[in-house]
Amino acid sequence: MSNTVVRKTLIALAVAGAAFTAQADVVIGVAGPHTGAYAAFGEQLWRGAEKAAMDINAKGGINGEMIKLVKADDACEPKQAVSIANRLVDSDEAVAVVGHFCSSSSIPASTIYEEAGVLMVTPASTNPALTERGLPNVFRVCGRDDQQGDVAASYIVGDLGAKRVAILHDKDTYGKGLADAMKDTMNAYGVEEVLYEGLTRGEKDFNAVVTKIRSVDADVVYFGGLHSEAGPLVRQMREQGLTATFISGDGIVSDEFVSVAGSPEYVDGVLMTFGADPTSYAAGKVVVDEFRASGIEPEGYVMYSYTAMQVVAAALDATELDPIAASDWLHENSIETVMGTKKFDDKGDLTISDYVMYEWDDKGNYTMLNN
Amino acid sequence: MDIVLQQLVNGLTLGSVYGLIAIGYTMVYGIIGMINFAHGDVYMVSSYLTAIAIALFSFFGLDSFPIIIFGTLIFTIIVTGAYGWVIERVAYRPLRNSSRLSVLISAIGMSLILQNYVQISQGARQQGIPTMLSGAIRFDIGDGFVQITYMKLFILFAAFLGMGVLTYIIQKTKLGRMCRATQQDRKMASILGINTDRVISSVFVIGAAMAALAGVLVTLDYGAFDFYVGFIIGIKAFTAAVLGGIGSLPGAMLGGVILGLSEALFAGLISSDYKDVFSFSLLVIILIFRPSGLLGKPEVEKV
Repeated sequence: MSNTVVRKTLIALAVAGAAFTAQADVVIGVAGPHTGAYAAFGEQLWRGAEKAAMDINAKGGINGEMIKLVKADDACEPKQAVSIANRLVDSDEAVAVVGHFCSSSSIPASTIYEEAGVLMVTPASTNPALTERGLPNVFRVCGRDDQQGDVAASYIVGDLGAKRVAILHDKDTYGKGLADAMKDTMNAYGVEEVLYEGLTRGEKDFNAVVTKIRSVDADVVYFGGLHSEAGPLVRQMREQGLTATFISGDGIVSDEFVSVAGSPEYVDGVLMTFGADPTSYAAGKVVVDEFRASGIEPEGYVMYSYTAMQVVAAALDATELDPIAASDWLHENSIETVMGTKKFDDKGDLTISDYVMYEWDDKGNYTMLNN
Repeated sequence: MDIVLQQLVNGLTLGSVYGLIAIGYTMVYGIIGMINFAHGDVYMVSSYLTAIAIALFSFFGLDSFPIIIFGTLIFTIIVTGAYGWVIERVAYRPLRNSSRLSVLISAIGMSLILQNYVQISQGARQQGIPTMLSGAIRFDIGDGFVQITYMKLFILFAAFLGMGVLTYIIQKTKLGRMCRATQQDRKMASILGINTDRVISSVFVIGAAMAALAGVLVTLDYGAFDFYVGFIIGIKAFTAAVLGGIGSLPGAMLGGVILGLSEALFAGLISSDYKDVFSFSLLVIILIFRPSGLLGKPEVEKV
């Protein structure tokens, strides 16, 4: 008897759930880390997506239907990413997802979205393996780590003329992938690294490895990883009197990098690769100004998330909200976004990568290097 | 040569911090035979308290380093001590006479509660505090040099001072005598008129105070922390306590220093990828030859 009661309740809940989502128009998930050490990036993703959805809704929505965003927290952990991907697909009935942030989360989650026929556009996951597996529903509006590594390597070898390069990574999919990509290109240019080491995510004491960098007399330190480790690392380098140039990738694009490093003086002169400045596009500048007017600095991935939402909306609009047709449509067509015209190749990568070098100054801001 | 010396300095500062936190594990184990898994999170709470204290002091315009550091230390040690007292009262005392396993699970629950409480009340983002004491001493040795920041010197000084004060309290004062009596035989101690519940409470307060000292020092040095920061350092300190012989006070300090030195030397001279593998292998080897740790006394089964 209790069994039938349970079943009836479940059916009632399912009906109620269906009725609820039918009213909720187009459900789009926004997935990223909202708890844990990388929560700052989840917030960037959410801010960009939220503003894009508001702007699109103000112009009449997608096919006349309003966008309803669902926030999903993967904590940058592969296991949690899979479970929230299932939740987005099954109980929220999302047709598309903007996210995730960490490559190690995006890769397992993308398989769930592929099985459910949900469109996925990540603003930030740069590991090549994400698109190399040939999933038809996966796109990214950022570059790839092999492109990013190329830019860093040619800068290190060409512009800096460095001979003694130490490479560190955080042993994670993104960090090690980026460090390896940089290493391969640098080796191809004929420069061998003097040190190649991994450090542990979540630790704060890197003094031992800093002393080791000193012992190999490196003049450039390249780090593949995120700001929560990069901050203490660069601080401890400076505290031990190591003046080598510190270069990293797009994992440190957050003002938290300055606060975890302790003070802007430590990040002075730090270099990083990141996509071109959004204010260099006319449409991008308008949105950036609107963000600033509302008191939000659109740092790091905010504009990328905005762009990802535009891509999702454009594809769903053109295909009358059919996510599978939308994936095919995206492989064929180019989209006007706030960060210029975006066109995808067969894998779902952008046809043009726009990585450039940025430099942090002693005020804790970063600016594009003109070269 | 200079590199090895620098690694010794790195390992010694890291190890003294491990030792301070390990004291909390070892004292609690010594007196009630439980592993307080929430201890790492007590350390984490003290990191936040450090930042709050510094913010308070600079709000009132007190910005000279000695005032800030001593004010912060006093504030953080008192409040963290209060946390330790409340945790024992709420999570462990009601389970005093139940099996060891239920206290252990209660400790894990307490750890999760503290993490989530801080995450909700303080936000999940990485927090940072500005550098309070900059500058360093530099020794030139041959071609190379050893550079020690004033902060690191302060850590070494404060950690060993803290350990010295604690040893004095345990060996020379009335409270220390009651602690040792309770540790040796709780029932007998209470028959002889010692309020063992109060002694156990004070052990938790002392453990939390030592974690708070470590929390202030580390937070001032690295400047970065989040609600999850107690996990890794808690595991390391627990390892240090086991290495030195859990239940033994000098053992905790020795274990901490050995662990810190082995990590720094292995990472510096061989590979930082496998430094934890090395530390834990060392632990296994020591436990094979001395099952109760370096300075631990083997437990005698009472019939």
